[in-house]
Amino acid sequence: MQAEPTMHFINASNWATQWQHLFYFLMAVSVFFSILIFGLIFYFAIKYRRRFKDEIPEQIEGNLALEVTWTLIPVGLCIVMFVWASGLYVRYSIPPKGSTEIFVIGRQWMWKVQHAEGVQEINELHVPAGVPIKLTMTSQDVIHDFAVPAFRIKRDVLPGRYTSEWFTPTKTGRFHLFCDQYCGTSHSSMVGWVIVMEPTDYSRWLGGSVVNKSMADMGAEIYTRYGCDTCHSTGAGPPFAGLYGSVVKLTDGQTVKADDAYIRDCILTPASQRVAGYPPIMPTFQGQLEEEQILQLTAYIKSLASTESQERRATKQ
Amino acid sequence: MSATATEIETLPAVHYLNVNYGWRSWLFTTDHKRIAWLYLVAVTFFFCVGGLAATLMRLNLIEPQGALVEPSTYNRLFTLHGLVMIFFFLAPSIPAVLGNFLIPLMIGARDLAFPRLNLLSWYIFMLGGAVFLYSTLSGGVDTGWTFYTPLSTTYANSSVMSAAMGVFISGFSSILTGLNFIVTIHKMRAPGLTWFRLPLFLWSMYATSIIFILAMPVIAITMVLLMLERFLHVGIFDPALGGDPILFQHLFWFFGHPEVYVLVLPAMGVVSELVATFSRKRIFGYSFVAFSSVGIAALSFLVWGHHMFVSGQSIYTGLIFSAFSFMVAIPSAVKVFNWTATLYKGSISFDAPMLYALGFIGLFTMGGLTGLFLASIAIDIHVHDTYFIVAHFHFIMVGGAVMGYLGGIHYWWPKMTGRMYPQNWARLSALLIFVGFNLTFGPQFILGYYGMPRRYAVYPPEFQVLNVMSSAGASILAIGYFIPLIYLIWSARYGPIAGPNPWGAKGLEWTTASPPPSENFEVIPIVTEEAYAYGAKS
Repeated sequence: MQAEPTMHFINASNWATQWQHLFYFLMAVSVFFSILIFGLIFYFAIKYRRRFKDEIPEQIEGNLALEVTWTLIPVGLCIVMFVWASGLYVRYSIPPKGSTEIFVIGRQWMWKVQHAEGVQEINELHVPAGVPIKLTMTSQDVIHDFAVPAFRIKRDVLPGRYTSEWFTPTKTGRFHLFCDQYCGTSHSSMVGWVIVMEPTDYSRWLGGSVVNKSMADMGAEIYTRYGCDTCHSTGAGPPFAGLYGSVVKLTDGQTVKADDAYIRDCILTPASQRVAGYPPIMPTFQGQLEEEQILQLTAYIKSLASTESQERRATKQ
Repeated sequence: MSATATEIETLPAVHYLNVNYGWRSWLFTTDHKRIAWLYLVAVTFFFCVGGLAATLMRLNLIEPQGALVEPSTYNRLFTLHGLVMIFFFLAPSIPAVLGNFLIPLMIGARDLAFPRLNLLSWYIFMLGGAVFLYSTLSGGVDTGWTFYTPLSTTYANSSVMSAAMGVFISGFSSILTGLNFIVTIHKMRAPGLTWFRLPLFLWSMYATSIIFILAMPVIAITMVLLMLERFLHVGIFDPALGGDPILFQHLFWFFGHPEVYVLVLPAMGVVSELVATFSRKRIFGYSFVAFSSVGIAALSFLVWGHHMFVSGQSIYTGLIFSAFSFMVAIPSAVKVFNWTATLYKGSISFDAPMLYALGFIGLFTMGGLTGLFLASIAIDIHVHDTYFIVAHFHFIMVGGAVMGYLGGIHYWWPKMTGRMYPQNWARLSALLIFVGFNLTFGPQFILGYYGMPRRYAVYPPEFQVLNVMSSAGASILAIGYFIPLIYLIWSARYGPIAGPNPWGAKGLEWTTASPPPSENFEVIPIVTEEAYAYGAKS
């Protein structure tokens, strides 16, 4: 009980300090207007208290200049708040290129984390300090929300689609991870820890794990186990080399960018996005693949995106 | 008390309360004043149900691991609290009780435009309430009052169907009440009562009625879709069935945000009346206050996306809804400034209704300013779905709407019953409510700032101190709510005779007897002056 509340509420990410500055500005505006209004109410209430029973005060219609003033000043302040907050939000919404991508799957009532190197965690997320981290998240059942107060980040985790958020941890330590979207009976137990480590400690932690298969390796296994190769490696279906990130032409003439969401949709609902030039023979894998397996397959396809990354994979192995 | 109070020492021989007796005379009445009483009894009951749930929640949160109940029970308690308070207490409180009683009296009419429809609205409300209570007694609902999908349609194992049905039914009551009010205000004003002579309470009732008619059908549709998916597995919201879970949130908040203004606009109307009466002054900037109500009603339909800033909607959608949310702050601020300016050079008395009104202005200001934090989209990302939100909307809905409701009840109680309650007890309860409220919800702002999520049955131990403070404040708040229940009931029988106009107020409702006769006015009045004409000779 004596653990001080601020212990886990420090500024531990690149957002935290910027968030704090905007928060202090809003506090200053709020305190100013609170004092102004409460002060005026108290002052008027005492100065103009009823002096005798049938007192009728002088009547005042209103004052246009005052109305305009107390409309325009709030408008101006609101514009400042909007621009400041929106700028921060836009940067928050777009992860920088080269961020380390980590995958998060929410389910009633636990967090499953998968690192590209293959390490899996439950209700814990280990990250290196000083490196931009992008979380790609999805849910197996209902809507969850991945929130880390010390980082000032939060994003809903939805079934059937990917959402993402990013941050650069600036301090090492253990920080609360909460599910912030009510998700059923044990919602308040869907909590965990984010552990920020020095990059060297982090590499040691990654390497010390018993797993030695990366996500892409696991995806490659699924690729053959589920028979994807019978079409996609023979030319009967679109090949995967160079696919990720490219622009795909569909049979209905539309074009789409081959990103995580596109690959997920192709695996689960292939009929919705037929690639031009191939027969409609791809079956759905809805209900057959776990969310983790879809992420692993995607990682495998991503690893074939460029020869450069293929080489990197080869040297690692 | 004005001079008129001393001249009349007895109640009128015949008035709407004693014109006939027996349960039939109440349950089959078409008198808007008696229907207001039917609503008053019903919403008081529902307030007690919702308050009991809140009490159990606050008790449970004294211990980080839960002092009282299992998480599954706690989840049912906050769902019950939210649904009952929103749909069965706050939404009908001021419109259906005070609006019903006052609209005909304030416009110099003998009743609402459709008296039988008015009674039907009450029966629909009670049917919805009964169906909802059945869902509670048959195991309760654990989805939160927001019914988010696919939790509510596929995963929850509780009485979602009957709860959704109760909400669905009760919405029609509000639609019919809104329709009745709009027609009444348009068609039944006394001769000479032009739009810009209307008391501001009527402007806010008018704006509220428009929202009732436009927003309530949306929640009805949403509940039908929810029931279709839950019962017949039609894929609408659950992605496993081919649906879209975000679609539900769009529909729900397209109703849900205007609904917030349904709760607070009537209270703003009440406060305008109270500030004018107890400063004996016309409202400063009448037309700005009137049009700000309409402006708030219109903008309320354009801000629903600020409930979804972290739901994964696109960046630009977020920015647009942030901008609209800032815009709705402007008319709200204009109201606060005008109320404050009305006090300037007034003749201010501190009767209990005025204490509630001043409390409203203070708490609504705090609620509004913290709303700016939430409209600032980057700030919202951290405090969204935390206790900061819980504190913010309780400042608006309890600090705002409930303070306004209680202020209104205290102001018009002598008109409704013909008798006055003990002023000092009423002042004490207003003070206790104000202090208790701040002690309950002030700490919750800090909890949310530290990141404590809402709807948590158990929580990390470092949040305990602030939670205990909040629960302690809630006990003061509960006492503050309990005292009026006793002295108001007592005063209805034993209180001193109030007379037609105990506050020396302007407004047509104060020109007729207290309690008024069944037909409201012996002769339909002719209006020759503006509202709040305190300077004019009366």
